[in-house]
Amino acid sequence: MRRVTVLIRLKETVDDAQGRVVCQALKDLGFSAVAQVRIGKVIDLWLEDADDLEQTKKMVAQMCQVLLANPVIEEFEVWQEEGSQR
Amino acid sequence: MRFGIIVFPGSNCDRDCWYVVTQGLGQDARFVWHQETDISDIDAVMLPGGFSYGDYLRVGAIARFSPVMNAVRRFAEDGGLVIGICNGFQILVEAQMLPGAFLRNAGLRFRCRPTFIRVENNATPFTVLCRPGQVLQIPIAHADGRYYADEATLNQLEKEGRIVFRYCDPSGQVTESANPNGSARNIAGLINETGNVLGMMPHPERASSKLLGSEDGLWIWKSLIHSFQTCGSVVPR
Repeated sequence: MRRVTVLIRLKETVDDAQGRVVCQALKDLGFSAVAQVRIGKVIDLWLEDADDLEQTKKMVAQMCQVLLANPVIEEFEVWQEEGSQR
Repeated sequence: MRFGIIVFPGSNCDRDCWYVVTQGLGQDARFVWHQETDISDIDAVMLPGGFSYGDYLRVGAIARFSPVMNAVRRFAEDGGLVIGICNGFQILVEAQMLPGAFLRNAGLRFRCRPTFIRVENNATPFTVLCRPGQVLQIPIAHADGRYYADEATLNQLEKEGRIVFRYCDPSGQVTESANPNGSARNIAGLINETGNVLGMMPHPERASSKLLGSEDGLWIWKSLIHSFQTCGSVVPR
């Protein structure tokens, strides 16, 4: 079983209202160093028969394109954490 | 005329739509469960509001893959009239039958309130009985209604007259304060390139009786029925 993590972010050109509000809340709490916050999504996938890492990444990218991300507003990154294969 | 009202798990405006077109307007209608694949008995498709699949992942993202959506796509490609309301609009966008995407409302709140929308294009099958610039009072009820598209797409939509409704104030002025969710260019409703698929965030079925405070939604239903009765649909099927 291989665990692959997908990171989904709003494109930089898309306004993130949630991120703006959280940024303000952090500032109000005294974290004055916070300049910007943007909020995305993390999706963990557990895959069977995924020995070929390149092949697996390609397949997960395909999943992102058809369902997990909306390419109009989002971009994605596929992560394979070191040593996560069991 | 027979309406097909598509029902997904989580749709919740299906019965309101059914009530308006059958009891209010004397048309035939049936519910179409999302697993169905044959809609050949249907004259116009309605994608009602609600929270299909609990809005999981993104609004409309899962509903798009329901078996019935292939039939809806073919129906639209053949020129059939399709109207998506609220979650129905979000599904049409996820299915790429309309351009753009939806974001969380700019104010981050679920907004359930009356809005005013201006008819920007009355040369569509859904607005043909309206006057140009007519202001309709129709309520919204959504958390993810902030329409987004890149500038090039927005410019193209403007140029082609595909923005059908814009949020406005009661006098018809399109202002920032009349925009309830931060939608790009105050967009409340859009049509596809061939002019037979409309998506709109406000709920005309909730504004189709004096008892509910507005009958302005009837302009849309009556336009749709009139268009079907006079031409069958926009594109010959």
